[in-house]
Amino acid sequence: MPSISREEVAYLAKLARLAVTDEELDTFAGQLDIIIGAVARVGEVAADDIPPTSHAVPVVNVLRPDVIRPSLDRDEVLALAPAAEGGRFRVPRILDEPE
Amino acid sequence: MSDLVRLDAASLAAEIAAGNASAVEVAEAHLDRIAATDDRVHAFLHVDADGALTAARAVDERRSRGEELGPLAGVPLAMKDVVVTRGLPSTSGSKILAGWRPPYDATVSARVKAAGIVMLGKTNMDEFAMGSSTENSAYGATHNPWDLSRVPGGSSGGSSAAVAAYQAPFGIGTDTGGSIRQPAAVTGLVGHKPTYGGVSRYGLIAFSSSLDQAGPLTRTVLDAALLHEAIGGHDPADSTSIDAPLPALVTAARDGARADLSGLRVGIVRELSGEGYEPGVLAGFAAAVTLLTGLGATVTEVSCAHFGYALPAYYLIAPSECSSNLARFDAVRYGLRVGDDGVRGLEEVMSLTREAGFGAEVKRRVILGTYALSSGYYDAYYGQAQKVRTLISRDFAAAFADCDVLVSPTTPTVAFPLGARVDDPMAMYAADLCTLPASLAGTPAISVPCGLSDGLPVGLQIMAPAQADDRCYRVAAAVETAVAGRDGRPILAAAPPV
Repeated sequence: MPSISREEVAYLAKLARLAVTDEELDTFAGQLDIIIGAVARVGEVAADDIPPTSHAVPVVNVLRPDVIRPSLDRDEVLALAPAAEGGRFRVPRILDEPE
Repeated sequence: MSDLVRLDAASLAAEIAAGNASAVEVAEAHLDRIAATDDRVHAFLHVDADGALTAARAVDERRSRGEELGPLAGVPLAMKDVVVTRGLPSTSGSKILAGWRPPYDATVSARVKAAGIVMLGKTNMDEFAMGSSTENSAYGATHNPWDLSRVPGGSSGGSSAAVAAYQAPFGIGTDTGGSIRQPAAVTGLVGHKPTYGGVSRYGLIAFSSSLDQAGPLTRTVLDAALLHEAIGGHDPADSTSIDAPLPALVTAARDGARADLSGLRVGIVRELSGEGYEPGVLAGFAAAVTLLTGLGATVTEVSCAHFGYALPAYYLIAPSECSSNLARFDAVRYGLRVGDDGVRGLEEVMSLTREAGFGAEVKRRVILGTYALSSGYYDAYYGQAQKVRTLISRDFAAAFADCDVLVSPTTPTVAFPLGARVDDPMAMYAADLCTLPASLAGTPAISVPCGLSDGLPVGLQIMAPAQADDRCYRVAAAVETAVAGRDGRPILAAAPPV
């Protein structure tokens, strides 16, 4: 019994916005099954009362004074975008997407 | 080959400061060396000859005006492509960023420039730093200068190959699970992963934000300390940057070179040896331990019971963070956009773009991370991995109560052949076995060449407590001196000419 099915991999790819091919799904499903089987070993460690570590050093919010300072040049930034129009990023249609 | 490219960074800086060579001559010698060898090595994704010569001329002019120069002024450097450089390609080894020329400098780039260091270009890497061989680059593999049929390590394999091939005296790498130390080990170089927070991450194209650190790849321990001091220290632009001065790294390296470690307590980590380790690597490690004893250190064996779980914990935490970080590649603000025909919606364009722009390993990790973070699996995978991370940190704390530094081989094997592991992700991941614990604990670790196995370099890893990077440099410099004394030459001198 594999730990992850081809259908689950297809669903995860959709969530991750990856239009994977059928061939990739075949390859990834087998590889991810092996990888998940290996990483599942973390479950062998008894750690119920152990606090999780998200960062190795203590992390605190860092604030800066609320003063105006130069930012990136708008035209320079938009020139690096895939598409721009009227001083803004131009994006593909975002409404009325067929599901 | 010009004699100038044989010199290490500290020696080049001294030659330039003394007026024996100009920064332009030094830059030209390295650019010539790149032109003569990079068709075989493929260390660089982009060579910036004009920018390098302009920067070198500026150093020469400052010198001619009698201005005081920094300790690395005029020295050329190879920059890993994950580090953002204003106006220069910065692809992170990915097709999705092909053609992007960032409008700003990473703090590491800005500090390199401020130090008068001359950036030669951007080096190859596994895509988004995910890999241990540089074969996951979208732009083709890099070859190990010791044996062109083998990998230079990864993900900083372009920088390691460039420095080992004398194309640059030193380079910048980044290390998330071993990506500075492992390439250093398999190319006969020194590579240091600083304490997490020791070097700014501002402008590093993020892979796994709680683990990523930039650091030096060099031919000598002293050069690594010099470069670390140039790029390290607090940066208000990185909220995880440590707001404290760096330890005296250069002083520690010079002190270590006197080859006296009397009173130093060294722990050998029992869990980082045995099955899966090549006999030649273990022999090189045992010889290094003999050297440490000869230097006056007291060596004992210690147990870090949870280090065996570092690999599964890492391959849950890093993919989880990368699946989140790589969401920024949405085909809107920069980089590739595919399939925007005026009919397709944003979500479909985004999916087609990411499918076309990411390579197989990146997709695998994004899918794995999405899985590990999904509801129903979170506690069993990501949550549990974070608890294991705590236990690994506690293992370190307990070991450092009795030891000043811990040692292990840097890698279980020497450089493996190109292609040997590309179809077997778990075999590729095993290259990080020894480097992962320090990554997860955020502690500093250095790899220093300690021997040869069948003519290929073996690295010794030296691990220290957080913010005690100076111990890594001191011990590594002592080992470097002892190895050169034992062999009559540095390890890298055994490399065949490219």
